[in-house]
Amino acid sequence: MGKLLLKDKSIVVPGEDIASGMDYLPGYGTYRETEKIIANRLGLLSIEGRAVRVIPLSGQYIPKTGDVIISKVIDVSFSGWRIDTNSAYSAMLSLKDATSDFIARGSDLTRYFNVGDILVCKVINVTSQKLVDVTTKGLGLRKIKGGRVISVNANKVPRIIGKQDSMVGMIKQATGCKIIVGLNGLVWLEGLPEKELLAVNTIRMIEKESHLSGLTDRIKAFLEKETGNKITESKSE
Amino acid sequence: MAYTKRLNGRKNDETREIEAKVGVIKRADGSSYFKMGNTIAYAAVYGPRNLYPRFLQNPEKGILRCNYNMMPFSSSGERVRPGGSRRSKEISLVTGKALLPVLDLDEYPNSVVDVFIELPQTEAGSRCAGICAASMALADAGLLMKDLIAAVSVGKVDNQLLVDLDYSEEAYEDGDVADIPIAMMPNFEKITLIQMDGEMTKDELRKLIEMAKKACKNIYSIMNKALKEKYEVERE
Repeated sequence: MGKLLLKDKSIVVPGEDIASGMDYLPGYGTYRETEKIIANRLGLLSIEGRAVRVIPLSGQYIPKTGDVIISKVIDVSFSGWRIDTNSAYSAMLSLKDATSDFIARGSDLTRYFNVGDILVCKVINVTSQKLVDVTTKGLGLRKIKGGRVISVNANKVPRIIGKQDSMVGMIKQATGCKIIVGLNGLVWLEGLPEKELLAVNTIRMIEKESHLSGLTDRIKAFLEKETGNKITESKSE
Repeated sequence: MAYTKRLNGRKNDETREIEAKVGVIKRADGSSYFKMGNTIAYAAVYGPRNLYPRFLQNPEKGILRCNYNMMPFSSSGERVRPGGSRRSKEISLVTGKALLPVLDLDEYPNSVVDVFIELPQTEAGSRCAGICAASMALADAGLLMKDLIAAVSVGKVDNQLLVDLDYSEEAYEDGDVADIPIAMMPNFEKITLIQMDGEMTKDELRKLIEMAKKACKNIYSIMNKALKEKYEVERE
């Protein structure tokens, strides 16, 4: 007989027993040792049916294929650009993934992107050795100008975005800022200075309270109080 | 005069008072504070991050770098000369070796996890406090770990078997003293570090390891509570 030793949504610490018996299956952040399932990392316990996993609350971003990230150009080479991804691994943006233009051999690549530019790009490939390739060809992928970039905990990004962009959509609506949330934990925003500040404060609040229930309602109330405007429910844009 | 009763009034298997906190250094990826009696250790973890120079990189898995440092004003006697010493270098090394068995860095090839242990105040058992602090900080940094590591020193002072020797016991002069720092995985009862200074019999060592196990389990529950507290507070 399998038995759960901890409640769903409780915080677990490495080495802590989560369940005993063979009825439960260890998922991410857990492992099986003889008859027990033990936590592998610090996080929030999530139990779905028989599957047990740990949702991380802290930790560095690791590049994953398909992620849209906000990154910075750190070097320009012959055949492309080196990009800082806000993780342990830098990425390569090659010419063919950067633009559809014809670029003659030996031309000046800084005409496209220069060192220090901020890009919205997408991870297209990650090897086992964590060599990362990114692209700027695609919808919404480009160099961004102006605004500001703030850094948040990469594990909280899904909560900042919300279900079908609901959370970030709400902030955009309330503050009128343009916001791009990168999955690597960098958020770009641009708007009126005081609105920008409000958006930053809201994001900080989400980051702090993301593991608690009723988050959307609280953020909505907060934004309504700060702006004095009612937020209309906009079903998936 | 034999050492029959501990001068500090503790029982033979009792540790000094322990205090633990997590998330004390904001800019670090993981951090902690661990206090054991008068010994205080701070640990900060950075990474996994880029590792240079390049020849240090390991393409198979990430590496762990530890740095143990006693602050100049930390000791109760002479000022500690700042900077690295033969002693701090050795302790940095054994701390890394004590922590590595629980860490899983396969996911982070060519990168490094840096652990900085700083001791603003010490009174015996500093490497054990450092290891405890480092293991909490590593967990706080969200790294994959099989278990936490708890460490305590045990020893023999004039034929008495004791847990967590303080300075007066370590420096006891009227009899033989043996001091054994032990680090272990409390949930698996596996030892990851054991060093010894002094002499004792096999039986005594066995008994001391048993005492250390018990103390480490107690330390684990304190560390466990501290790690949870960081998020419980935010729940308010």
